[in-house]
Amino acid sequence: MPTVSMTVNGKAVASDVEGRTLLVDFLRENLRLTGTHVGCDTLQCGACVVHVNGDSVKACSMLALSAEGAEITTIEGIANPDGSLSVLQRAFQDHHGLQCGFCTPGMVMSAADLLKRNANPSEREVREWLEGNLCRCTGYHNIVKAILAAAAEMRGEKIAAE
Amino acid sequence: MYNFDYVKPASVADAVAALQGEDAQAIAGGQTLIATMKQRLAQPRTLVDLTGITEMQGISVDGGVVSVGAGARHAEVAGSAEVRGAIPALADLAGKIGDPQVRNRGTIGGSIANNDPSACYPAAVLGLGATVVTNAREIAAADFFQGLYTTSLNEGEVVTAVKFPVAAAASWQKFEQPASRFSLVGVFVAKVEGEVRVAVTGASEEGVFRAAALEQALASDFSAAAVEGASVSSAGMIADLHGTPDYRANLVKVMTKRAVEAMS
Ligand code: FES
Ligand code: FES
Repeated sequence: MPTVSMTVNGKAVASDVEGRTLLVDFLRENLRLTGTHVGCDTLQCGACVVHVNGDSVKACSMLALSAEGAEITTIEGIANPDGSLSVLQRAFQDHHGLQCGFCTPGMVMSAADLLKRNANPSEREVREWLEGNLCRCTGYHNIVKAILAAAAEMRGEKIAAE
Repeated sequence: MYNFDYVKPASVADAVAALQGEDAQAIAGGQTLIATMKQRLAQPRTLVDLTGITEMQGISVDGGVVSVGAGARHAEVAGSAEVRGAIPALADLAGKIGDPQVRNRGTIGGSIANNDPSACYPAAVLGLGATVVTNAREIAAADFFQGLYTTSLNEGEVVTAVKFPVAAAASWQKFEQPASRFSLVGVFVAKVEGEVRVAVTGASEEGVFRAAALEQALASDFSAAAVEGASVSSAGMIADLHGTPDYRANLVKVMTKRAVEAMS
């Protein structure tokens, strides 16, 4: 079996994998990082979004071997170094941006990529960016609100939660 | 998904050599192929990953030609200031493919080599009259697309770049199928190399095509009214649960009108 090595949340990891092992299975099964979810397995839902070399991608549709040498960040690597929630994560909590939480890791990882590229997105830009993330319970409105609030806070403005 | 051997060559020559193997299959971003393999509709013995090949990367504009490496991801083309400056409609098209995560993986080479009848890129390649560069030769867009999921690529031949002539004006209008985010009908209109071209994707059972009647009408009168007066036949158009052939034929005109208006 071939071996794959990469950096996940700042830690060097290596493991034997099959050719067909998906990045998401490598993360969940080999590394036991189960925060990255599989909703559809077919590129629709975005529950599996992680960052590969800084870009958000759907880990259900990338081979682990294709990530050889890559820097991966998963939802487990998003909190502050002291373990407290990041601004973006806290905004989801404050603005009720989740209910069951199944889609949330993907939503947060996708939004984090957006805010890195665009510190001041419009509501429309947030909604368009979330095209590849489905949520079956929150209804998007509060998710969008949370992302806009996190963006504002990261720019040094403060928006009160309801 | 059935298992396979995986190789990631660093050069086009090594990739071509690896593709000589029995049931070897090239993979780029994998945003179509991985799903196909999960459904066991494809079962390569060896998967040849093209994403590590530096010579297939990069975008450059030179002497009225935009060269896009086959490995360029949709997000790179959409975000390229050079592409946006030279052919804004091409950057637009790339920026509307799929969703942000798909755009961070999917590549132009993969899209055109697959030639899905509803894919977006074939419309720009045909509409602009681009040249497809492979490891072996250069292929004119009109010869490259050969119908449903079929191209003139030989077994083991690899697309390395696409060269687009800079258009005087162009517009991409996509009527999106909201679940799949493919084109239900997408129209690429270009004024390029002295003619008006109208390339349509998503509509025909044969894949991307040029709408001759619309091109003729627009050549003498570049206006929405000219589009209105032309007729688009629904013969051979796709019938599925998203739309009838007549609906698609009508959409071809509607989207062409939008493109013409955007260019006027
Ligand atoms: S599990 Fe990857 S997109 Fe749904
Ligand atoms: S919070 Fe339940 S799916 Fe989004």
